[in-house]
Amino acid sequence: MPSEEVIFQDKVDREIRIEPKDWMPADYRKTLIRQISQHAHSEIVGMLPEGHWITRAPTLKRKATLIAKVQDEAGHGLYLYAAAETLGITRDEMVDQLHAGKAKYSSIFNYPTLTWADIGAIGWLVDGAAIMNQVPLTRTSYGPYARAMVRICKEESFHQRQGFEILLVLSRGSKEQKAMCQDAINRWWWPSVMMFGPNDESSPHTAQSMKWKVKRFTNDELRQRFIDICADQVKVLGMQLPDPDLKWNEETQHYDFGPINWEEFWQVVNGNGPCNKERMTARIKAHEEGQWVREAALAFAGKMSSRAGVRG
Amino acid sequence: MSIAYILHLADNALVLGHRNSEWTGHGPILEQDIALSNISLDLIGQARNLYQYAATLIGNGATEDTLAYLRDENEYKNCLLVELPNGHWGTTIMRQFLFSAYQHPLYERLSDSNDENLNAIARKSLKEVTYHLRWSSEWVIRLGQGTAESRAKMTDAVNDLWPYTQDLLLHSPEEKEKWQERVQSIFKHASLNIPADVKMISGGFEGKHTSHLVEMLNEMQHLQRTYPGVEW
Amino acid sequence: MKNTFPLWEVFIRSKQGLDHKHAGSLHAADAKMAIENARDVYTRRQEGVSIWVVESKHIHASNPDEAGSLYEPANDKVYRHPTFYDLPDELKHM
Repeated sequence: MPSEEVIFQDKVDREIRIEPKDWMPADYRKTLIRQISQHAHSEIVGMLPEGHWITRAPTLKRKATLIAKVQDEAGHGLYLYAAAETLGITRDEMVDQLHAGKAKYSSIFNYPTLTWADIGAIGWLVDGAAIMNQVPLTRTSYGPYARAMVRICKEESFHQRQGFEILLVLSRGSKEQKAMCQDAINRWWWPSVMMFGPNDESSPHTAQSMKWKVKRFTNDELRQRFIDICADQVKVLGMQLPDPDLKWNEETQHYDFGPINWEEFWQVVNGNGPCNKERMTARIKAHEEGQWVREAALAFAGKMSSRAGVRG
Repeated sequence: MSIAYILHLADNALVLGHRNSEWTGHGPILEQDIALSNISLDLIGQARNLYQYAATLIGNGATEDTLAYLRDENEYKNCLLVELPNGHWGTTIMRQFLFSAYQHPLYERLSDSNDENLNAIARKSLKEVTYHLRWSSEWVIRLGQGTAESRAKMTDAVNDLWPYTQDLLLHSPEEKEKWQERVQSIFKHASLNIPADVKMISGGFEGKHTSHLVEMLNEMQHLQRTYPGVEW
Repeated sequence: MKNTFPLWEVFIRSKQGLDHKHAGSLHAADAKMAIENARDVYTRRQEGVSIWVVESKHIHASNPDEAGSLYEPANDKVYRHPTFYDLPDELKHM
């Protein structure tokens, strides 16, 4: 009889999805819980910087599409929390970890949204980077995670287009609008490039995650793909990416790019970004102020079922 | 139907949609954050349809956006109820319920209107409002009956909002009876009381608004006012 | 009081004539809330015409270790599958 570990790895190798009740290594479970909950938290915290502009969106159409987009993010957070819950952790536990500062979320959401153009830049660059990360995850080895990602990717597709279109209109607009557009690209470019995580050589979990097919491509592979695509797309906007070293390399058939400021990356990851505190404060406030609502709903449900019990 | 009345309907929907959307990302429960955002989207959609219709009647280059973004607060014709700040979740729910209980019979009536445009908008919106009314009624009952704390909060919400209910119905006398019946029936289920001897406040239709609307429009119209005449 | 809403599984019929299919999960205090949440969460893009919800704790699942005895006996019953029957190509619409 082969060991459970061998059977497990064989299934992964043969692209058979692992389902909640199947045997899995404890570390696989732990890695998934960490990765899926981080991903869920990112969606929820990610609602805040963009939500900031719902009340200030410049047209009714923009207002409606922005609400729909931010609402989608709530939905994505929900799908992901549900996927993580199949691994034996509750949503409450994950939320508690986030509020206690024990769980991470994508650092990109610790940057402020200063102008309307930021909403465009987030859609184009941040969602673009997210999609680059997420599409391979639709084939990740854990079934519930892969299924959540299929649903998410289907819904994401409008987000990036919406963002790019916002920038496109600005790029063809007044002098002030053009400046706004370039400024937003300048501020969001490097944080977006950093969204793929540390370089492969400083990413200790990558090899194991690739073997388990929790991850399908390395951070650097995905980053390069993202940069190649954006370097071409920015030309449509007639704008510049803020990297003087960005240059097409005939030999590698990829764009070369300048050094990444990893010090800034780790600063923000470790809680010292411009908005870390603000974001957590907002989430904790929403949770605490919702306490009485959740208690009341449960108490009411309890009353109803005991009444039904008496009747039945 | 007069242009003023169509704008009244549109302003009601936009202002409440805007207020509800302030909750997006801050709701008490993830699922309810999504639910209220849906209601916002419905209301803003209704507002857009109504503004577009009003714009065709007004002419002179009016669009949904000039009507929403370039009118001052004294030109806004919404009822005062919808412009009040959100308060806590219970106030938001109570306001949505009081408003949906008015909008439902209103759109029912307008679905039979001779005005073809309004008729079409009302028919489409009625489906949405039917759900808003159901959702908000259930939450009023849930929170009214839930715990001592939630009951107290809902009682406060009723007391805070009731003074604005006359203004809500002032220009829709046909809906008054149905509105009262609905409110009485849901309050009964929720064990909530209608406050007595309340001093009513009105004037929204005539453009006499609270400072809350001024603040809201300052924020909402900021970009259009700062950079006039450009595309977004 | 630990205020945890129970977990519900959501099944959606995407159009008349099709089966309800598992769409995902969500939290709700009661069944009414679960149906409404399901409508708001899982049918934002007109994905459904009918919704079922069931509290997750009421679902009994087969044990994957027994998958062999439950499903594999059907593996050799190829005659249940239409391609088992070798028919001439001229035969259409069958």
